[in-house]
Amino acid sequence: MNPFLDYLLTAIPLGMTFLFGCTGEILTEKAGHLNLGIPGIMCMGGACGCLAVKLMHGTNISPVLIVIIALLAAFAGGVLMGMIYSFLTVTLKANQNVTGLAMTTFGVGTTKFIMSGMAKNAMQYLYALRYFRFPFAEQTSSVKYCGFMVGLAIIIALVASYILTKTRVGLHLRAVGENPATADAVGINVSLYKYTATCIGSGIAALGGLFYIMDYAGSYEAYKSIEALGWLAVALVIFTLWRPHLSIIGSILFGMLYLAGSRIPTLLGIQLDISATPLLQMLPYVVTIIVLIVTSVRKKREHQPPASLGLPYFREER
Amino acid sequence: MNKSVALEINNVSKYFGSLAANKNVDLTVYRGEILAILGENGCGKTTLMNMIAGIYYPDSGTISVDGQEVVIRSPKDAFRHGIGMIHQHFKLVDIFTAAENIVLGVNDGKAYSIKEVNRRVAEIADKYGFHIDPKKKIYEMSVSEKQTVEILKVLYRGADILILDEPSAVLTPQETDKLFDVLRRMREDGKSILIITHKLHEVLSISDRVTVLRKGEHIATVDTVSTTSAALTEMMVGKKVELNIERPQPQNVCDRLEIKNLSMVDAEGVKVLDDISFTARSGEILGIAGIAGSGQKELLESIAGLCHPITGEIIYHNPKNGKTEDLRDKDPVAIRELGVRLSFVPEDRLGMGLVGNMDIVDNMMLRSYRKGHSVFVDRKKPGDLAKKIVEELEVSTPNTHTPVRRLSGGNVQKVLVGREIAASPTVLMAAYPVRGLDINSSYTIYGLLTKQKEKGVSVIFVGEDLDVLVELCDRIMVICGGRVTGILDGRNTTKEEIGLLMTKTARDAEETSTAKESADGENV
Repeated sequence: MNPFLDYLLTAIPLGMTFLFGCTGEILTEKAGHLNLGIPGIMCMGGACGCLAVKLMHGTNISPVLIVIIALLAAFAGGVLMGMIYSFLTVTLKANQNVTGLAMTTFGVGTTKFIMSGMAKNAMQYLYALRYFRFPFAEQTSSVKYCGFMVGLAIIIALVASYILTKTRVGLHLRAVGENPATADAVGINVSLYKYTATCIGSGIAALGGLFYIMDYAGSYEAYKSIEALGWLAVALVIFTLWRPHLSIIGSILFGMLYLAGSRIPTLLGIQLDISATPLLQMLPYVVTIIVLIVTSVRKKREHQPPASLGLPYFREER
Repeated sequence: MNKSVALEINNVSKYFGSLAANKNVDLTVYRGEILAILGENGCGKTTLMNMIAGIYYPDSGTISVDGQEVVIRSPKDAFRHGIGMIHQHFKLVDIFTAAENIVLGVNDGKAYSIKEVNRRVAEIADKYGFHIDPKKKIYEMSVSEKQTVEILKVLYRGADILILDEPSAVLTPQETDKLFDVLRRMREDGKSILIITHKLHEVLSISDRVTVLRKGEHIATVDTVSTTSAALTEMMVGKKVELNIERPQPQNVCDRLEIKNLSMVDAEGVKVLDDISFTARSGEILGIAGIAGSGQKELLESIAGLCHPITGEIIYHNPKNGKTEDLRDKDPVAIRELGVRLSFVPEDRLGMGLVGNMDIVDNMMLRSYRKGHSVFVDRKKPGDLAKKIVEELEVSTPNTHTPVRRLSGGNVQKVLVGREIAASPTVLMAAYPVRGLDINSSYTIYGLLTKQKEKGVSVIFVGEDLDVLVELCDRIMVICGGRVTGILDGRNTTKEEIGLLMTKTARDAEETSTAKESADGENV
């Protein structure tokens, strides 16, 4: 196959890992909460999903049901993490950065614990992976890259974009993130919006972890690299200027940049020293910094983060 | 006349901790009337209104709308009963359009369509004579446009009882007149309007009745036609207050600070100071009047060395050795050493002058720590100074080790001005020193400034209350859009004259934009 097409078709599913995390984080940030726990939440999603598959594998539950239950388990794992995060930052008004980082540490550690407990019979549940592919994937080489979750990621991003820009709920959510006192004054339930957005956002992000282990990587060991991808998802939020529909393209671009280290030399037919690969893997971060510089210089108000991002909201403060 | 009762408050109380913000307050508002709520800062006006608007919930007492007892637990409840509040600090989302802000929180069961909202907003605006573009973003709007959005927000929800919290605080006299016209039109329409203010002349000009609150208690409700400002003031403060500011003739006047052709651009390349020239003299108070954001802050900061003009001179006549020096060559520390002091920065009282989490003693030390020679800090001298300020200026604080952010606005101001005066300045610059202060504290501050003037200090006073400027200052410089539009003699001017100068260029700009708008309208 054309090496470039192959590169692109590998980058798309990898990008979807970012896209899940990014859409989730955008929803959270639009409510004014900077959730740095996304990497941990994605790990937990992977772990919970794998656990569900492992428990069901070998029983006579239908494969489709296994897939659905695995998705729900991952989503629930994310929501649970989101609940802990929201309780700390919305109700107790703890510092969002510290809480988020703690969630990441917690999520990554717990995932390691769950996954290593399963290591003995890892092969057994990995067999379930085939449920995540299209049934005809074996025959058609160009769709072998894309399980149904690729479509799911794009649909979720589009729906999120529609809700944010075109509906009343979206208007209210953006108001909460921009100026919670204003939202409160017009009778919007600020805490409810913050909780809901954070929990649903975390749930969506968690799907990314499951997708990465089960579909993209298809390997038990894959949980170890989710954390690094989670940070890229957070960077992607800045890169796409808090717009879920742009993040579809952004995530694919990030996927390509992430793979640049191994693919570009092949594409160009050159031999690169092995030590240059990590340098090329920095590309997504470099691009994010450039975007930050450009938007900061242009100072367009619409391109700035939600105004009250990271600030707890106290109603009685006068 | 037999008007129907729109809103009735019975025996309402609200406590914050052990402090009573409102104690057994009664209030009645009729349909088609404007009721002014008058009182000093901290007398519970805003708390009372917040209870009607659903921000706070009363600890005891009842609220009735149209004779029906109601429970208002949230702003949503208030809207349901037709009550809407326009807050002093605008509650608007900057990156939303006017229409988006107006429709925020409205759930009328209909499908959400921004086009339909735009149309309805324009319709309401027309009815009461507002000029507003529903599609304009808030961050592009002037203060008075933002206020219009706030009022429309309330009207859009179909409110019949409107509460306005100090609506004229941010407006020029001309804009205030426009607003009052709109309010009168609403009264004709049968709306009830509650207006919180502490400007007596406004109370007298717009309201039908006045309710006076003091220390959280209802003192009296009187008909506006049968009262005077002296009587109202007495009710407000509970004792007779001399409302005249003492203005002694300047003594030993000599030039202290000469500003020549000063210009400055901000980070976005916009000219914020445009060819400003004036002289500040010792022994007099020079007032600076202008709409907020006309360059006052930049001007004071340029003199203090905190920001850098592109052209012009700032010549300082040093009274100690008679030499003249250009302050533009000096850094802020050197300028301070010369005795040029900047106190009170308006936008952020705590941010520029004091550190909120530090106590009074440590805040004193912020100005003197360079004088220490030892590795360890010596808190004795600053401690003495803090004690002296607390005693002399009657700062009400538990002790000198209370973090400054826990003090009330007036006390914070006193600490700040006390510290600057203690260094015996030769030039004292004060921007909006009485913003948010009650009448008593304000007059203490005016007294302090006048005392400095008598000592031969050149005082530069940036103010927003034109009545005070006219009474306090020897000369008044008016700036508009970074330009000096006039320098007036404080003893022979009127606030109307100042008001006109304040909007001189702004009005020209407005005329061109209206012309443009009508041209756009034809294209559509």
